[in-house]
Amino acid sequence: MKLLGIESSSLVASVAVVTEDVVTAEYTVNFKKTHSQTLLPMIDEIVSMLELDLGEIDAIAVAGGPGSFTGLRIGSATAKGLGLALGKPLIHVPTLEAMAYNLWGSRDLICPIMDARRSQVYTGLYHVHRDVEVVRDQCPMDIHELMDILDDRGEPVIFLGDGVAVYRKTIEEEIHVPCGFAPAHSSRQRAASVAALGIEYYQKGLTVTAAGFAPDYLRKSQAEREREEQYGQVDG
Amino acid sequence: MMNIADKDVYILAIESSCDETAAAVVRNGREVLSNVIASQIDLHTLYGGVVPEIASRKHIEKINQVIEAALKESAMPLEEMTAIAVTYGPGLVGALLVGVAEAKAIAYGAGKPLVGVHHIEGHVSANFIDHPDLEPPFICLIVSGGHTHLVVVKDYGEFEILGRTRDDAAGEAFDKVARAVGLGYPGGPKIDKTAREGDPKAIRFPRAKVEGAPYDFSFSGLKSAVLNYLNHARMMGEEVSVPDLAASFQYAVVDVLVSHTVEAAKVLGYDKVAMAGGVASNSALREEMRRACKRTGLALYYPSPILCTDNGAMIGAAGYYEYQKGIRSGWDLNAVPNLKLGER
Repeated sequence: MKLLGIESSSLVASVAVVTEDVVTAEYTVNFKKTHSQTLLPMIDEIVSMLELDLGEIDAIAVAGGPGSFTGLRIGSATAKGLGLALGKPLIHVPTLEAMAYNLWGSRDLICPIMDARRSQVYTGLYHVHRDVEVVRDQCPMDIHELMDILDDRGEPVIFLGDGVAVYRKTIEEEIHVPCGFAPAHSSRQRAASVAALGIEYYQKGLTVTAAGFAPDYLRKSQAEREREEQYGQVDG
Repeated sequence: MMNIADKDVYILAIESSCDETAAAVVRNGREVLSNVIASQIDLHTLYGGVVPEIASRKHIEKINQVIEAALKESAMPLEEMTAIAVTYGPGLVGALLVGVAEAKAIAYGAGKPLVGVHHIEGHVSANFIDHPDLEPPFICLIVSGGHTHLVVVKDYGEFEILGRTRDDAAGEAFDKVARAVGLGYPGGPKIDKTAREGDPKAIRFPRAKVEGAPYDFSFSGLKSAVLNYLNHARMMGEEVSVPDLAASFQYAVVDVLVSHTVEAAKVLGYDKVAMAGGVASNSALREEMRRACKRTGLALYYPSPILCTDNGAMIGAAGYYEYQKGIRSGWDLNAVPNLKLGER
């Protein structure tokens, strides 16, 4: 089996071709956020290097959110367009679960955090010792509240993600359980992890059509939030 | 009949610059095989205007279905397409990015060339679909919610800008005035309808001239004059006739649009005039332009209402002429929200 992985939910732009046991190619850049200009040329680069006929892939795994709204849509539209042209299904991989998968084999609790501004992070809690266990589903959360939850659980925890750069001091000051921070090669989003976890999803039959795929933002648009505050909950 | 099937050029065109998700298949730049539009207008009406983040979210949800429907309706498979065309500007950046990323991936996945199209060039090219005999050069008035330009279309994809708005676009002025008198969004069609019951000469609103730029437009003064009129009436406790006000405001806008266009054709020696953009389906503008062109012996062209709104077919028409000129976009094509006319 062969998957194309796409990750553009944050500053990182990353694409990969992954089989059951090996990363055939991965191209990851954590520099300027110009995903619109870089993502497809990056795919083109690895496809030509591998002399790959894209028609050979079984599916396209995409980091489906949360993340930068625009970044998620660039990755999604790229995957949806490829899926439409190649007649391939998509796999919606939750951004934070794929990040936790970077640290597969660890016995500690894995806590990826993405900066969501306004003292909030997008986070989730995972065990990835053997099978992936979602301990707490991904959601936006206040960083201080997260510290309380982790203390209550009482397990050693490993943090990763761009939220670490923003909240490391807060974490070190407030947390009481033993904690560590992921090293450089596993500290950010990677398309190889999205695709490798995507293979597990694929084997469980968790694919979606290219047409049916949409990102999971975990947040409504500002206009919708303001309207709800004004009028109460509305559908749609 | 000669078999020219080998030479036919089929363009799959994608448009997502504002609040319509649209796709079309166009043959040889003039013949529309399908033209599918998913409008979000009902959703944005709740907010009194287009909300960019909501528009972008709806585009990503609908884009594959719209493209698949366009291919299905055309009865042409993707493999038969000659090229993929997409609007890359101007427009809302988040909205544009969806169409651009999607079109690039489709072109890449299907091994087809990609052609980035200017949204306004698309509006102008809508005329080529409805008028098979129309060829450049001609004068074109482009009027929509975001744009007001008077141009000479010298050749396919080649424009000389004669005038533009200094402030609000014509359609924007309609929206603002409609909101002020409580007609709601979208303002253009609402004012057009209400104005039919009013007297366009009831209130004399100013016609702005821009010093030293005979073909430029300015609508913010007119908008202020309408707001002042409303405030004054409110303070004096006078009843305002909304139909009269709508008709008088609309007449003031139309008067300037028509006189500038006809004047440009006369002075510069063109015998053909075209209109494009959403406001080109305004009934008063069509009527006045028709009358003025008849009086001065100009041939007038404008697209059917469906081709005046944002749509994929117009992008397919413009994309065809760009394709024929050898223009190709790279995989690094980006959305350019403030793309100027004549720029690439």
